[in-house]
Amino acid sequence: MSAIKKMVKLRIWRGDAKDGALQDVEVEANEGEVVLDIIHRVQATQMSDLAVRWNCKAGKCGSCSMEINGKPRLACMTRMNMFEEGETITVTPLRAFPVIRDLVTDVSFNYKKAMEIPAFEGPKDLKPGEYRMQQVDVERSQEFRKCIECFLCQDTCHVIRDHEENKKSFAGPRFFIRIAELDMHPLDTLRNRKQTAQTEHGLGMCNITKCCTEVCPEHIRITDNAIIPMKERVVDVKYDPIRWLGSKISKREGIV
Amino acid sequence: MSIVEKHKYDVVVIGAGGAGLRAAVEAREAGLRVAIICKSLFGKAHTVMAEGGVSASMGNVNSDDNWMVHFRDTMRGGKFLNHWRMAELHAKESPDRVWELETWGALFDRTAEGKISQRNFGGHQFPRLAHVGDRTGLELIRTMQQRIVAMQQKDARDHGDAESFIKVFAELTVTEILKESGKVAGTYGYWRENGNEVVFEAPAVILATGGIGKSFKVTSNSWEGTGDGHALAVKAGGRLKDMEFVQFHPTGMIWPPSVRGLLVTESVRGDGGVLTNSEGKRFMFNYIPAVFKEMYADNEAEGDRWYNDQANNRRPPELLPRDEVARAINSEVKAGRGSPHGGVFLDVSKRMPADVIKKKLPSMWHQFKELADVDITLTAMEVGPTCHYVMGGIEVEPDTAAAAGVPGLFAAGEVAGGMHGSNRLGGNSLSDLLVFGRRAGAGAAEYVKGNTGVSVSDATLKGASERLNAPFTGNGDENPYTLHAALQEVTNDLVGIIRTRTELEEAIVKLAELRARATKVKAAGGREFNPGFHLAHDLDNMLIVSECIARSALQREESRGGHTRDDFPKMDAKWRQVNSISTWDGTKVTVVTQKLPSMPKELFDLFDPHELEKYLTPEEMSAVEGGTK
Repeated sequence: MSAIKKMVKLRIWRGDAKDGALQDVEVEANEGEVVLDIIHRVQATQMSDLAVRWNCKAGKCGSCSMEINGKPRLACMTRMNMFEEGETITVTPLRAFPVIRDLVTDVSFNYKKAMEIPAFEGPKDLKPGEYRMQQVDVERSQEFRKCIECFLCQDTCHVIRDHEENKKSFAGPRFFIRIAELDMHPLDTLRNRKQTAQTEHGLGMCNITKCCTEVCPEHIRITDNAIIPMKERVVDVKYDPIRWLGSKISKREGIV
Repeated sequence: MSIVEKHKYDVVVIGAGGAGLRAAVEAREAGLRVAIICKSLFGKAHTVMAEGGVSASMGNVNSDDNWMVHFRDTMRGGKFLNHWRMAELHAKESPDRVWELETWGALFDRTAEGKISQRNFGGHQFPRLAHVGDRTGLELIRTMQQRIVAMQQKDARDHGDAESFIKVFAELTVTEILKESGKVAGTYGYWRENGNEVVFEAPAVILATGGIGKSFKVTSNSWEGTGDGHALAVKAGGRLKDMEFVQFHPTGMIWPPSVRGLLVTESVRGDGGVLTNSEGKRFMFNYIPAVFKEMYADNEAEGDRWYNDQANNRRPPELLPRDEVARAINSEVKAGRGSPHGGVFLDVSKRMPADVIKKKLPSMWHQFKELADVDITLTAMEVGPTCHYVMGGIEVEPDTAAAAGVPGLFAAGEVAGGMHGSNRLGGNSLSDLLVFGRRAGAGAAEYVKGNTGVSVSDATLKGASERLNAPFTGNGDENPYTLHAALQEVTNDLVGIIRTRTELEEAIVKLAELRARATKVKAAGGREFNPGFHLAHDLDNMLIVSECIARSALQREESRGGHTRDDFPKMDAKWRQVNSISTWDGTKVTVVTQKLPSMPKELFDLFDPHELEKYLTPEEMSAVEGGTK
């Protein structure tokens, strides 16, 4: 059980909403460690008041989201051996959200957006225990329910990353997969989910650069499996005159 | 005092894991105004870590299953130390609790008929665990989180304000339960973000704070598992029951060191994974205890056949209850037959094709690939025991979840004691938190009806504030991180998986020394999101809890479930008749025995007398058989 120890260089952003700067530290690292281990060691030995959010340390809770060398990542899933020998690792808070202190940001934006998505509405005529669904039909939504709400997709999405003004009208990738999940739920009865994604949650502002998919630690295919299918169906109805007419005549949305 | 913010609610729920959220839903449905307080962000609680599933005898996969079979399995798993009424309510109500989640949007894996699929797990006679791959806990927490959002959306429509009836106070730590005239009057705490103090006035408080794992060195628990609710309850005059029973999950990761303790789900074994030692031998066949001999296969061929034909074969011993498997692994390693990093091997690669492994155990594949560079479809995992769960907890009244001795206090989930006896079966924690979370919400709603209009006095607030600020105002120079590490060494070395009198006595002395040092803890830095300050408070809770564990373990002179005494290696029917009760007088923990509530005859009748003989004293047996109970 030989643990190979070495010193690593870290540059950590420290400060609050008013002011802050990068600070250099050197700290010990052992074989097999992740960035979060190193941050904890800095906390325990050099900066006891260094603020960082974390919980499970297993990539399951999505708390330790930060930017490592400029890339949105979970600190608990970023292994030290992916960096070059002697490389300085720069650790900064999520850029799309206001800083509270050090590596901790105010992510309340996401909880506000969650409140704006209409909840699941099950069939009124089925009692608990009477739901029947096929595995193949639940799997599409299950992919999106893997989301651990780390908000890395929200952080990286350039619609809001550098455009504070867009936040009001844009729910972000996390909530597009929430809408898609409900839309694809075999027993959800609420209509118009795709349409409101477009009209109320800013689906149209997404121009499919797939940055969200790239940073998703759960490897959810946000763009391909949620955003694009919703966009295509919304466009179908909006621009196909026959389907448009059909939806008016039957007084139905026309998107199933 | 540093800015005291005041709120008034009907009920305050501390903890936003499964139990807390289920309690909040129930209390809101009963018309109460509910505050949910959590140390982390909303939706991050430790429940997300539960992997395998939620046990409920729906009978979707094997129609022979029913509540009585589930009740039997639970009592056996707990070695008959469980509170019979809790085990009964749990077995009867868990199917309804699971089905109700579907109506809130949960998407469990399905059977071919389209019902909720159920999988095998250690100690459960039939496939019983409803699951979503190996991320069932995440599904539970997200479903209830979204249920609460749905209720808030309705409140916004009906009352013009989404947070008018139910509000989440995230990243807030509670330091005290406040009492006036002997009854609960609220809670005191601080915002983690800025250190500002907050008081909640409420006639009812529900504790749903989870476990104590961070008191131990190797644990599957996150930083939040610091025994807060356990400590808050004893400090408020409550009693902790059976704290010596700590579950070491048999399969935690052991390599690399940074992930040591991280859970490897029991589904790996439920789905066919086998445990082998360094000689390549499936050693579990050597560790089937007498009480389980009839139920487990004694040869590999039969064990292997069981996966496809459960009616005609007995299950493999890899699926024994967790305490048995953890002890067996411990013994193999001690005997020099361990893996290179001090565990044993757990292998699915030779049992299932790679694509099936990735489908059935996606998080495990992911976890080993990304954190240990191990592809579990090709090679065996190295695993060893990790502190996972505390069976002990707040003594509660089973039907209402009311905490004994503190009017207005309720507890549900891991923080409550009694349900699991001396050892919890896998899958029974998620069902526990749904069943008793709901009952706590209902119990609090009923209590509040007759106990409105509490208020907290200035004197009470002043005392609470002084204690909260002690890490800043004191003259000491102890570092909370150093003390935490020292505490973990004591519990690991002296109160761990195998215990003995001399070591437990040594632990109690060392814990007292640490407690003295902890009064001199100093938090460096300011009030804003200061982890050193946060740990100073958590440390106090962990010290109390660890002392309860050590003293209860010293008192119980037998080995049963999650408590193994090297000097008393046998289970003793006399000790089955008593619970250990811990109380706190402000300076030290006192532990006494208390008679176990007696189980009604109709529940004893669910068991074969030959099985009961293994657990009961001859006098109890004649009473049961004579029908006088």
